[in-house]
Amino acid sequence: MSNDSITKTLLVAAALCIVCSILVSSAAVGLKPIQEFNKQLETKKNILMAAGLLEADTDIETAFKKIEIKTVNIDIGDFVTGDQFKNFDQKKAAKDPKLSVLIPDKLDLGKIKRRSKFASIYLVKSGQEIETIILPIHGKGLWSTMYAFLALEGNTNVVKGLSFYEHGETPGLGGEVDNPFWKKQWIGKKIYNPDWSLAINILKGKVNPAKAEAIHQIDGLSGATLTTVGINNFIKYWLGENGFDPLLKKLRKQGEENG
Amino acid sequence: MAKAREVLFDPVFKNNPIALQVLGICSALAVTSKLETVIVMSIALTFVTTFANGAVSLIRNHIPNAIRIIVQMTIIASLVIIVDQVLKAYAFQISKQLSVFVGLIITNCIVMGRTEAYAMKNGVFSSMLDGIGNGLGYSIILITVGVIRELFGSGKLLGMTVFKVSTEGGWYIPNGLMLLAPSAFFIIGLIIWALRTWKKDQVEED
Repeated sequence: MSNDSITKTLLVAAALCIVCSILVSSAAVGLKPIQEFNKQLETKKNILMAAGLLEADTDIETAFKKIEIKTVNIDIGDFVTGDQFKNFDQKKAAKDPKLSVLIPDKLDLGKIKRRSKFASIYLVKSGQEIETIILPIHGKGLWSTMYAFLALEGNTNVVKGLSFYEHGETPGLGGEVDNPFWKKQWIGKKIYNPDWSLAINILKGKVNPAKAEAIHQIDGLSGATLTTVGINNFIKYWLGENGFDPLLKKLRKQGEENG
Repeated sequence: MAKAREVLFDPVFKNNPIALQVLGICSALAVTSKLETVIVMSIALTFVTTFANGAVSLIRNHIPNAIRIIVQMTIIASLVIIVDQVLKAYAFQISKQLSVFVGLIITNCIVMGRTEAYAMKNGVFSSMLDGIGNGLGYSIILITVGVIRELFGSGKLLGMTVFKVSTEGGWYIPNGLMLLAPSAFFIIGLIIWALRTWKKDQVEED
């Protein structure tokens, strides 16, 4: 049979497709469990890192046992339970019209357009008292949507850490958000003014430590102005009224009653 | 055996896919700001060129002329997806950094170019050698660029500090340009210049 006959052409095409699809699908299916495990481990690692519980020799699975996962209704700030919230995927929910809300343009500081109605947050408790609250936040940097965990102390005011777990900023410039020296600056900064209005701010340039506002301010990254402007905006969004403010208010009140 | 050696080593300096044929520039710009990603990318590309060449050569006498490009493409795409899946499973951190560029090996002209120009006409063994050789040629340029960019851009090699940078209390002020894609253009340009000064026969006639 000639190579260029129609039968041979169809035959070769069909055979090739079958062989290739078997190879590709067996690779995808066979490796899926390991990939899923990697993803979960990565998320857990970042939660621990934000909470400041990750040392060089920490075993992630053991350390993660201390952390309590809660799903929260962002609008009213109440915890919800139920089977549908097991393994709740906020990223997927943000795309689902039933599970998400459109953010009004004026309020959309993070430029994310839609947000899930629910979010998984993480608590570290000692007895009844909440030690650390870990919130998932995301928004646009310069090139990419950046995903991070922000950890706050139980009083909701003092930052315990910030850790990005997914972003596509330029390595060395915007990518320096992963630089431990930059992340260290966040620890101990105060989010609110004494009257509980938002005060946290990333500056362009260096913070002057002599000023009273320094406790709310973080150095901008040089060469990454637009990335830091983005982070500054979406942190404000997520801590604001359209974000986790209702939850944080409730947690504060609860803390006062307990304390 | 002399021929096999030629097939394997010619693409490294004499007929380098990046420096002489100027193919595969896209990924050479995109992934070279860090040496670690460069090495993984080089391994991935070498793997793909080798096995794509091997597979195309194996069925070269049965490929209908009318669909030969699409046949090559399908083989390459399948190999790339497998590489991508393996990286996601076993080198998760690096695959996150390489992100879309692993997938873009599919459109890397080196791979297509070698299957079409070499594997369609030659036996399986020498086609695979040709694949390895071109992979090496690509790797050597990428690694050179990666070393220069990471060293001068962030003062590190493979993530280990070589020059302590000023933001971490050292003396070295990193060259931000090195981390941006255009610097790879300059470096590759300089490499081509150096190579053509050394091997005069690569200079193109006007």
